[in-house]
Order: sequence, then C-alpha cells, then structure tokens
Amino acid sequence: MTRRERADRRAGALLMAPALVVLAGVTAYPAAWVLWLSLQYRIPIFGVARWAGLGQYAFLAGDPRFANALRVTAVFTAVSVALELLLGLGAAVLLRRQRAGRQVALSLLLLAWALPSVVTAKLFEWLYHPASGLVNHAIGRSLNWLGDPTLALAGLILADVWRTMPFVALLCYARLLGIPADVYEAARVDGAGGAAALRWITFPLLRPILLIALLFRTLDALRAFDLMFVLTGGGPANTTETLTVYAYRSLFQTLQLGLGSAIGVAVFALVMLTAWGYLAALRRGGIAR
Amino acid sequence: MRRRAAVLDGLVLLLLLAYAIPFFWQLLTSFKPDADLMRLPPLWPSRLTGIHYEAVWTRSLVPRALGNSLAVAGLTTALALALGLPAAYAMARLPVPGKGALMLGVVAGTAFPQIAIVGPLYLLLRAIGLRDTWTALVLANASLALPLVIWLLTGFIREIPEQLEEAAALDGAGRTAAIHAVVLPLVAPGLVSAGLLVFLGSWNEFLFAYTFTATEASRTVPVALALFPGVFEVPWGDIAAASILASLPPILIVAGLGRFLVRGLLAGALKE
Repeated sequence: MTRRERADRRAGALLMAPALVVLAGVTAYPAAWVLWLSLQYRIPIFGVARWAGLGQYAFLAGDPRFANALRVTAVFTAVSVALELLLGLGAAVLLRRQRAGRQVALSLLLLAWALPSVVTAKLFEWLYHPASGLVNHAIGRSLNWLGDPTLALAGLILADVWRTMPFVALLCYARLLGIPADVYEAARVDGAGGAAALRWITFPLLRPILLIALLFRTLDALRAFDLMFVLTGGGPANTTETLTVYAYRSLFQTLQLGLGSAIGVAVFALVMLTAWGYLAALRRGGIAR
Repeated sequence: MRRRAAVLDGLVLLLLLAYAIPFFWQLLTSFKPDADLMRLPPLWPSRLTGIHYEAVWTRSLVPRALGNSLAVAGLTTALALALGLPAAYAMARLPVPGKGALMLGVVAGTAFPQIAIVGPLYLLLRAIGLRDTWTALVLANASLALPLVIWLLTGFIREIPEQLEEAAALDGAGRTAAIHAVVLPLVAPGLVSAGLLVFLGSWNEFLFAYTFTATEASRTVPVALALFPGVFEVPWGDIAAASILASLPPILIVAGLGRFLVRGLLAGALKE
C-alpha cells in the first residue's frame, strides 16, 4: 500500500465516522435494544421485569389480535398499493401528453404527496363527517365512514391512496418522458393506434419503474403509522389496527415494553423479508444489478 | 388538432384540480363562519371570515408548534447534510473498508421502520435527559434521514467526472481545495434536492415527535394538530385553519422548488 493509498483510506474512514457514530447511537443501538427487550416480560408500572426468551413471540403466534393486525396490514398494503399503481399509471399517461401548464399540473399532483400525513388525516376526517362531510353530500347517503367497522378500512385506504398516488405517477411520468417521441412516430407509421402503442410500447417500457414503485410503496405501506393512528386510532373494533398501531399501543398505552418490542421486531422482519424477496425477483428478471 | 390538444390540456388540469379537492375543501372550511360549518348544502358559505385563523393564532399552541417545527426541520436538515455529505464523498471517491456492506446497510436503512426503534429510543432519550427537547427530535430525525441523504449524495457525486477533481489537484490544489473548487459547486443542486426531502420529512414527521415531546416546549405542528383540543364539540373551523398553516411550508416547497424535489425523488428511486 502506498502512502497515498493509506492517506486516502484514513481520510475515507474519518469522513464516514461522524455519520456512522450517529447512525450507531440513534438507530443501530436502539435496534439491538429492541431485540433484547422483545425477549423479556417488561411492564414497568407493575414492576415486572423478567426473562421471557421467545415467550413473547410464542404468545403472538397464538394471539388473535396479532393475527387481526397482520391481516389488516396485509389488506391495507395490497389494496392501497394496487390502487396507487393503477391510478398513478393513468395519471402519468395523461400527463405525458400535456403541453401547456406542465408545471402547474405537477404542483397540483405533488400537493397531496407533500402534505403532512396528520394533515391528510384531518382532511379526510372532515370529508368523512357523517352529517356535514363532503363525501356523504356527494353520494347522497349518510354513512358513518370512520365509525362503521365495515367501512373504516376502506376509508383509510382511500386517504392513503390519495396521499401516495402522486409518487407513483411522478416516477412513471419521468420514465415516460425518457421514451423518445420517434418510437411512437414509428409505431404510428406502422399503423399502430393509440391503444396499441400503450399496449406494446408504453407498458413494457414502464415495467421496470412500476416494479420499483411497487417495492417502495409496499415497504412504506407496511410500516405506515401516522394516518391510521390519527384518522381512526385503529378502530372501530380494531378493524383498522395495523401491526404498527398494535405495537404503539402496547409500547405506550398498555406499557407492555416486551410485547410492543416483539411486534416492532415483527414489522422490521416483515419489511426486510419483503425487500429481500422483491430484490431477488427483480434480479431474476434482470432489472436490478 | 391543436385545438383538441389545448382542450385536453385544460381537461387534465381540471382533473388534477378535482384531485386536490380534499385540500381545497379544507381551505374553504378554514374561512367558513361557524354557523355555516355544519350545514351542507350550500357548498359555498354565506360569507368568508378569518375568525378561525385569529383563534388559532392567538389562542392555541399552534404558533409555538410552528416555531418548533421550523427549528427542528431546519436543524435536522443542517445536521443530516453536514453528516451525510462527507460520508457520501468517502463512499463515492475514497477507499473505505467494508464499503459494499456499508452501502447495503445504507440502502436497507432507507426502509427502516420507525416503529421498531421508537420504544428503546424513548428510553434512551429519557435516560440522557433529552425528553421534550428539540435536540432529541433533531437527532432522531437526522438519523432517520441519513441513509437517504448518503444514498442520494453518493449518486450525485459519482456523476461528477473525477478528472475535474484531478485536474484541479494537478494545478497545485490539494484534495481539500479541489473539493471546494470542483465538487461543492457541482453537487450544490443535489444538496438542495436532498435538503428539501429531509426538511419535508422532518416537517411531516409524527411518530417520534408524538412520543418524545410532552409540552409546548418542543411539540411540533403535526403533534399539535393531532392533539388539537375541543371542549364540547370538535372545532372543525379551527382545525381547518391549523391544517392550512401546517401545510404552508410543504406547499411553498412544491410550488417554488418543485424542480429540485422531483430531481431528488427520482434520483432516490432510479439509481438502482
């Protein structure tokens, strides 16, 4: 190793160090701690603090509330991500042909995405108001959107789709801009109509970006918390209680530190497994390196 | 043909305006007098009033929370960029031991669920006396944002031709001077993109703020909004006004600096 190389290595380590120290202290250390906590029975207000081993996980495996939260998380993720991809794709195709007012169009689109999720929750709480909400006024019914166990999850999903569809639309739109106009020109010369161009040019070229959007949105949906916590608080009758809300309630409302930590670890495992599974699939498809 | 395109342009804009109705409805609500709030129809109120903004501004904790949010988001952005830029330079240009594993950790870090660490982090912050302070939120939010910042900036720095730096170094400038002269100016737009994403992320962050704060000393806007008090009935008009105030920075960023935001978002997703 030359002197220059040694100096470079030292400089590299020095430049990385501050970021790594913060990440180690504020993310890695609590992450290790949560694993440790999940192996214990810890209920501070009752002075309970003893070793549980895998007891919390064994309990969760047979816990109907955990099964319900897992199901709610799965439904919320699958339905909202599917709707976001469909609508986002549609919005991107519409935007692609936009000539005048592109900036305004993009700003309007991104508005919903940029708002704090707590604001989105308040927006939709008001829209869903049983007596004076715009939604009931528009459909001419008086449904109790957030109070009815059969409607609350749908209401929550709708709010999430509204908030996150623009992200998908933006990704697809950017990819569409990258398709040279003469590709479409050539297709038209060959006699392909608008629908055929969509089917044979637009969608195949969008496939990779749709898969990436799918990955990002799935990971976000699995760990979403703010919207359901503020909009429905997991209710009514736990019909919107996702794993994250169950974890939070265990940690900070019933103060079962061990149980809450075990659910947190489950969320973490779910996110990492999903990411790993997707990346493996992408790699097989030859998309990611 | 041209006329048709113009009409379609207009239709798409109308469609997007319709998409933003949930926001505009809240905007209208924030100007409705109390008497019109719970009445629908009519859609348009009998008159507009600023009474809800006055109430929120003079008799709620929202102004204080706006200040807290502004400070926390500003400091978070500064800290995340100050830590992330050197790290990204090292990742892009220097031989760092275990670089492959570090990069993998960075990518995995962008998907890290907050809920998994919020419990121990709360215990940790309480133990070192940082509960209910700006510092706690700045540290937590910056750490949350760091993987994305490093990921984005590493990509932006790699786009700068290394020869430029070498040329500057040959002219007698040391590496540090070359970084100042070449890398910083060229990575500046990337810094803006990453900074805006961090600022927005911190401005919108709820879980940490809700958990680590206890009083108006450090409560941010999302927390103040989630806990907005109502004595006998829900003050929908005041909540609407507070929502609009909480939305102002994101709106300004989208409207004024949307270009940088889009660049950051795309770079984050496409540099796979």
